[in-house]
Amino acid sequence: MSLLRKIRGTGRVAEPAPPRPKDEPPAAARELGGSAQVRCIDAGSCNGCEIEIGNAFGPVYDAERYGARLVASPRHADVALVTGPVTRNMAEPLRRTVAAMPEPRLVIAVGDCARDCGEFAGAYGVQGAVGDIVDVDLEVRGCPPRPEDIVAALRTVTGR
Amino acid sequence: MSALGYAAIAAQAGAVVVGAPLLTGWMRQVRARLEGRAGAGTAQPWRDLRKLLRKEPITAAGTGPAFRVAPALLVASTLVVAALIPLVSTATPISGHADAILVVGLLALGTVTLALAGLDTGTAFGGMGSSREMTISALVEPTILLAVFALSIPAGSTNLAAIISGAAEDPARLASPAGLLATAALAVAVLAETGRIPVDNPSTHLELTMVHEAMVLEYAGPDLALVELGAQMRLTVLLGLQASLFVPWGIATAGDSWGSLLLALAVLAVKVAALGALLAAAEVFWAKLRLFRVPELLAGSFLLALLAVTASYFLGTGGGIL
Repeated sequence: MSLLRKIRGTGRVAEPAPPRPKDEPPAAARELGGSAQVRCIDAGSCNGCEIEIGNAFGPVYDAERYGARLVASPRHADVALVTGPVTRNMAEPLRRTVAAMPEPRLVIAVGDCARDCGEFAGAYGVQGAVGDIVDVDLEVRGCPPRPEDIVAALRTVTGR
Repeated sequence: MSALGYAAIAAQAGAVVVGAPLLTGWMRQVRARLEGRAGAGTAQPWRDLRKLLRKEPITAAGTGPAFRVAPALLVASTLVVAALIPLVSTATPISGHADAILVVGLLALGTVTLALAGLDTGTAFGGMGSSREMTISALVEPTILLAVFALSIPAGSTNLAAIISGAAEDPARLASPAGLLATAALAVAVLAETGRIPVDNPSTHLELTMVHEAMVLEYAGPDLALVELGAQMRLTVLLGLQASLFVPWGIATAGDSWGSLLLALAVLAVKVAALGALLAAAEVFWAKLRLFRVPELLAGSFLLALLAVTASYFLGTGGGIL
């Protein structure tokens, strides 16, 4: 019963929703109609971006209230959140994962590494940025990116 | 009577199809609020289904007929159950066929179809999910049957309509030891059958802990929409059955008017929503059981059901089937 008391004492943790982002949504996002199933793909990240994605779906930022939900399979997904510079071993799995997603699909490159290899540019194991391997629809800046920015990118997709 | 009966069937089936995604959305909303989140709203599962229906259908390479027919068969078998069992009215033209054994068989048909589809994909997780689902299902189906049998002894019939209308007239049957034991046994069986938390986690992303999700990993687009709708309908039907069996008041009976049909529909919605909220709230307090402990839980619920049948037989108030 201490959990019940804790629930009552804590109340609502989610912050009030910020205004809707004004970015023009990608063409594929318009067909989704307020619902986006998200699959995370770690293509060689240091896990900093994963922590921030975890926060974006946590109680404080609560990305789920805008219609985004994490799923377990690329077949169920509309959006791929790709993090990290793409390493040689992850280039082919990344291509296959995106190919397994049914159309219409979107790819969001999360973090500076995913956008332009960031800290790891030129490293021997790195094949390139996410944009060199698959088509990228949206990018989220930052190392690590702020959860607000990840949520804003997801809201651009769901339009809510 | 006949027009009213057919209207009752249509109302039951329609309410289950329309209400199932709303029930799931409502349960997610209750859970989100308890976790301090805002939640996506009750209509979110409908938005998900609408989007999935618009998406590109994909049939994974190497899959056969079992994979292709499973979504439609799952929804169809659940829809037949929704039309058969007395959710809104006990006096429909087909309520004479609402036999407990048939209903459990139809639910098992849906389970087996999905397990075969999971095997058909040929992936490691699909096969693992199917094997787990069959293990759980083999323990759950007898429990549901026995729990219903415990209630059928005082009614003298395995017909669900007869059981429910009998219990509505004689509420003492439900407060008897047999009725209470059967309630507890059926509640555990419903949790296992619908893949809720102590047995399976509906929102898991860890492949090694999945049961239901592991079987449907390969579905995409409209097929996935049917699989999700089917799973949501099963939850609604089983919660509705539990509500009808143990809180049988408000259900329309023979000789009732259109007004009482509408009232019965509203009462059903309230009962199922209340049960759903209770389940969602309980899930916040529970952790998922380790897979090897699940058979112990289910064996416990089977034992409760067996005790319920025994109690019903020995402590029966007369008028038994023997």
